[in-house]
Amino acid sequence: MLQPIARPLSAPPDVEAVSDTLLEVVGLSRRFALGRGRKAPQLHAVDDVSLKLRRGESVGLVGESGCGKSTLARLLARLIDPSEGAIVFEGRDIGAVPARDFAVSRQRARIQLVFQDATDSLDPRQTAGDAIAEPAIRLGLPGDVDARVRRVADEVGLPPELLGRYPHQLSGGQRARVGIARALAPEPTLLVLDEPTAALDVSVQAVVLQLLARLRRERGLTYLFVSHDLNVVRLLCDRVLVMYLGRLVEEGPSGPMFDDPAHPYTAALLSAIPGSGRQRIELAGEVRSPVDPDPSACRFHGRCPVGDAECGRTMPVLRRLHRSGAVPHRVACLKAGD
Amino acid sequence: MSRVASGAPAVAPPLLAVDDLSLEFRTRSGTVRALDHVSLTVGRGEILGLVGESGSGKSVLCHALLGLSEPAARITGGAIHFDGMDLRAASERELQDLRGREIGMVFQNPRAALNPIRPIGRQLEDVLGRHHAIRSQDLRARAIECLREVAIADPDRRWGAYPFELSGGMCQRVMIALAMSSRPRLLIADEPTTGLDVTTQAAVLALIRDRARADGVATLLITHDLALAADFCDRIVVMHAGHVVETAPTARLFAAPRHPYTRALIGSTPAGRTSLDELEPIAGGLPDLRRADLPACRFVERCPRAEPECRDALRHLRAGATEDFACSNPLPVL
Repeated sequence: MLQPIARPLSAPPDVEAVSDTLLEVVGLSRRFALGRGRKAPQLHAVDDVSLKLRRGESVGLVGESGCGKSTLARLLARLIDPSEGAIVFEGRDIGAVPARDFAVSRQRARIQLVFQDATDSLDPRQTAGDAIAEPAIRLGLPGDVDARVRRVADEVGLPPELLGRYPHQLSGGQRARVGIARALAPEPTLLVLDEPTAALDVSVQAVVLQLLARLRRERGLTYLFVSHDLNVVRLLCDRVLVMYLGRLVEEGPSGPMFDDPAHPYTAALLSAIPGSGRQRIELAGEVRSPVDPDPSACRFHGRCPVGDAECGRTMPVLRRLHRSGAVPHRVACLKAGD
Repeated sequence: MSRVASGAPAVAPPLLAVDDLSLEFRTRSGTVRALDHVSLTVGRGEILGLVGESGSGKSVLCHALLGLSEPAARITGGAIHFDGMDLRAASERELQDLRGREIGMVFQNPRAALNPIRPIGRQLEDVLGRHHAIRSQDLRARAIECLREVAIADPDRRWGAYPFELSGGMCQRVMIALAMSSRPRLLIADEPTTGLDVTTQAAVLALIRDRARADGVATLLITHDLALAADFCDRIVVMHAGHVVETAPTARLFAAPRHPYTRALIGSTPAGRTSLDELEPIAGGLPDLRRADLPACRFVERCPRAEPECRDALRHLRAGATEDFACSNPLPVL
């Protein structure tokens, strides 16, 4: 852990080879009204986000708490409805389907979630086997449920004798495996993983991360991996999305992004990673409010070590960097070099 | 890792010395031997990291140091000395005096540790008034000064803020301000940045380090994050299942660990790796500390270097040692 950060060994996917898009998001916003009536202040949790997930890639979504990454993950997983924008998944606009209807639709099986702490997300009165079977039963998926449960349990390395146990009788690592098996049982193509290893010890985390990497390889899954642990994102993800106060501020392949971040916020974030060996960039000033934010100012303005008055008048849009390779490296910053 | 703090002076006798401390929990399902012959020292101005998996006894040790153990806990042997004073012999009143004045504490989840219905400035005044002879009309100015010292912006206004109005990082700064307000000589920080963003985490730890360097505060930093310990600690104590298995200056510990568990912890940490394949998970889990047949070395069942005799005999760390390990088949010196 003493070496400076290097690029992941797994090369970023060749864009031409995996050009088919699994999920595309255009102009996605989610606002929460703080109070009643038309004039109630609006919290802009996700603001005009556009992105694409290609089949088989693993994409990290990072940012500080409150930046909207969990809201974005829940929008893409269709647990909540967007205020604006389209979510096109496997060629269909699922953004317009109300979350309530989506929950019982056939596509529900195609997008599954793995939550942070399996201790909290598992029903304490349900055995591991029942927990894994539940989504498949609820969605009325064809075939023998027991066989399905045994198959995914085997895939995640959960011994059959543990299937009859309750969550409190399982270790943290075993509960994490149950959470993953439950998500895999309906045969999804996209897994949204919300801090799946945050509650685990490093010794167990290592096993779970390797398990996730193997499952992706074997099943050709696409991952959206939400995490604040950038050391983990760097190892698990081909590509990284960086959010700041509801906006996407940078996206690009992991290696180049970790080596040479373009956005001053990304640079500050990376400099704060323990063990990074970088000189820490301190962010002074206050975080702007996400409530009715100024639409014509960069959200990072005021805290940014680089920005000037212009940044207070112009909202930057994502632009492709000249240095970017086959996988586009984009940044939303007026001051970032090319 | 490149920012390992320059070695703190460790010539003076340590401020805190734990020698051969053993502690048990009596439970209905058996006696949990939670700490077994634990020894460590913290010097003035030194930041000592205490690392290990959850369940290794880090927090149990820190509560024992403060005399805040649960009723079911019983210290069965060993000694705790703070600046020469025998804490095991101290009365509850003496301990109360130490806590808050001489020994500051910062815990995980600051929002839960703060009083939710009292402005943070008032909470600071409560602590200042209790431990120091400060005239009541000066209390407010002193409280604001404390907030300023932990880099809380606009401290005059924030004096009146309630915990729910502040972010997690801000609450943790308030906790540090509370812990530091009485100019303690020892700070015990138990996972002070768990749940905080990396940017906030770095700022909070920088603050703790500044106080250690500027005021010579001895700091015991409990963390499960090895990379973080590498960045901020002068020396590290590694615990496993209630044993201290190794202690060494930070750079030495990472460059050439002697105990197989230290080596295994480093091997499973993602920081600095270039591929997931390089991560080496640790086999098995912590042993059940209620077991009657608990082996002498509690790592033996997970250890790649275990030998038959490891089950029967274990040399514990020498009391007072700043560099030592508890293993009969250690990794070779590089």
